[in-house]
Amino acid sequence: MPFWVELTVTVFLVIAGVFGFVGSYGLIKLPDPMSRLHAPTKATTLGVGGVLIASMVYFYATTGRISAHELMVTLFLLLTAPITALFIAKVHLHLRKTPKDLPSAGEGSGWASYTAAGPARGVRDFPRQPEEPAPAPATPR
Amino acid sequence: MIAYALTFAISAFGLGLLLNLWRVISGPDHSDRILALDTMVINAIALLILLGITLGTTIFFEVSMLFALVGFVSTVSYCRFLLRGDIIE
Repeated sequence: MPFWVELTVTVFLVIAGVFGFVGSYGLIKLPDPMSRLHAPTKATTLGVGGVLIASMVYFYATTGRISAHELMVTLFLLLTAPITALFIAKVHLHLRKTPKDLPSAGEGSGWASYTAAGPARGVRDFPRQPEEPAPAPATPR
Repeated sequence: MIAYALTFAISAFGLGLLLNLWRVISGPDHSDRILALDTMVINAIALLILLGITLGTTIFFEVSMLFALVGFVSTVSYCRFLLRGDIIE
């Protein structure tokens, strides 16, 4: 095996190990759930990306073919990591926070996750905001 | 040289799995437990690919692809169950 292959694979493996461990350690270390969400969804995805690049280079050097499986796994992980992060953040916001706990959204309508008419059927620990009363119909004179 | 780096990466991801397991056990809330399980799936994918490099076979790529699919679907369905009380409406 040529030297540059060994060097590339080694560098990518070490970088991936460091990123993966930092992501998992941040899950333990960070204080509150919204900042805990930040560590694994970024760092661990980068770690898996490093492992997959190292694997691509290694199997290209040993078998002489470029395999597309690693690219598919990387693409899938990069596509799905933001979706799972959004869903976990929505779970935290809707189960443990009220709109009064959050900073202002700066717009007239407030946070979009609360203003949608949807998630009223699941497990909720706080009562929903009461709807605005309908304006009284104008009385005909 | 690759063998030492493989040992380092496998031990780093294995230690990461143990830390995720600690968060699954002691997580104060549902969202922490879902996040820790999702991170465990990602670390397990990395360990599978490292095992494939160690053994020199490419059979583990299909395994890791299926593992990624199952992990994503289970995370999203768990979150949807907590949010809506139902998975497929």
